[in-house]
Amino acid sequence: MAEKILAPLAGKVFKVYISVGSKVEEDDEAIIIEAMKMETPVFAPCSGTVKEVKVKEGDTIEEDDVLAVIE
Amino acid sequence: MILIQETLAMFKTSGFFFVTPGMVVMWAIGFTLIYLAIAKDYEPLLLLPIGFGIVLANLPLADLMKPHEGLVWRFYHYGIQWEIIPPLIFLGLGALTDFGPLLARPVLIFLGAGAQAGVYITFFVAHAIGFDLKEAATIGIIGGADGPTTIFLATKLAPHMLGSCAVAAYSYMALVPIIQPPIMKLLTTKEERVIRMKKLRKVSRLEKILFPMVSALVIILLVPAAAPLMAMFMLGNIFREAKVVERLNHAAQNELLNIVTIFLGLPVGATMNAETFLQPKVIFIFFLGLFAFMISTATGVLLAKLMNLFSKDKINPLLGAAGVSAVPMAARVVHKVGAEADKRNYLLMYAMGPNVAGVIGTVIAAGVFLTILK
Repeated sequence: MAEKILAPLAGKVFKVYISVGSKVEEDDEAIIIEAMKMETPVFAPCSGTVKEVKVKEGDTIEEDDVLAVIE
Repeated sequence: MILIQETLAMFKTSGFFFVTPGMVVMWAIGFTLIYLAIAKDYEPLLLLPIGFGIVLANLPLADLMKPHEGLVWRFYHYGIQWEIIPPLIFLGLGALTDFGPLLARPVLIFLGAGAQAGVYITFFVAHAIGFDLKEAATIGIIGGADGPTTIFLATKLAPHMLGSCAVAAYSYMALVPIIQPPIMKLLTTKEERVIRMKKLRKVSRLEKILFPMVSALVIILLVPAAAPLMAMFMLGNIFREAKVVERLNHAAQNELLNIVTIFLGLPVGATMNAETFLQPKVIFIFFLGLFAFMISTATGVLLAKLMNLFSKDKINPLLGAAGVSAVPMAARVVHKVGAEADKRNYLLMYAMGPNVAGVIGTVIAAGVFLTILK
């Protein structure tokens, strides 16, 4: 059952802590977004394995963009 | 022999003999502000030039602030007294401001207004303590957390307090992350702090273009005294939203804003000479300024709680604190306090709504003071 990590707000991808194949636990910090000069963490919605990572550091993203997919 | 005479003559023209203890105190204050700017990142863009301006104004015989002759006096006279620099700062700020989050949930404008109540409350308290009406208004506007507006109002109503009020305003803006959270937590329950906001609707390009034009019209006609600041602010916003004047937009946000910021801080600091600053009254300005920030935070949060009694889409009351228009510091603080309560609650963009509304609110408050007191 795949779950998407969506961007909760618009900004720039600051750090990506996950990569394809890595294991994550629910509530791990997966990606850090920078907006208004502030770093906000995006958390893994569930535990599982990372299937896709759609962004890299420096990318500009909009609210609700798919950042990654976890199975 | 001649050499000794020449050397003595040089000493007599030097300012060292004319330095007073008050001036040394002012140097310390100026250098402290510079230290805070560099080491602690306290609003460096303003406090660094202000700090240096303070030192320059207290160098005898240099006469940098001598009327009609001093270099820094000319920046002060033609830039600030002629009311050119603060409106130009607003041109840049308008170009930087995104009204999208406000337009998506217009009711948040009331939170921007609610936080201005601190301005008026401080005005009355300052007057009760003994400041005259014009001074009290200038102190009150510090609570609006808006540097250029404070400078604009002080120049017109209480120029002798310009330096102190500006330093107070910018210092407290830098301290917003320390000042606001305790008040926000005191006035809200955990249940209120974890309120998730309804998704912001998408705002059309047309709305974003019409907003500055309609606002400019309405506000300038309603409060003509606010015209210089409001006109420039909305023009800058039109540059941003039109998308067809990107060169103007870019210049307003970057080159222009950066250049006028240099010429805002330096002369403002240079108005703080030892005679006008080292007086007991000035301590009160700093206490009242802090009081203003705190009350504004409180009234913003309380108004949000009040609004929740009447609406079914609850507003997270923390957003009220963002009505204190330190952009985007207060919005960041709101987000952080919200994330402490629920780490998946992303309040930042919602908080930008009241944050930018507060800028308009503070300019209107300044316009109201000018209309009544001038």
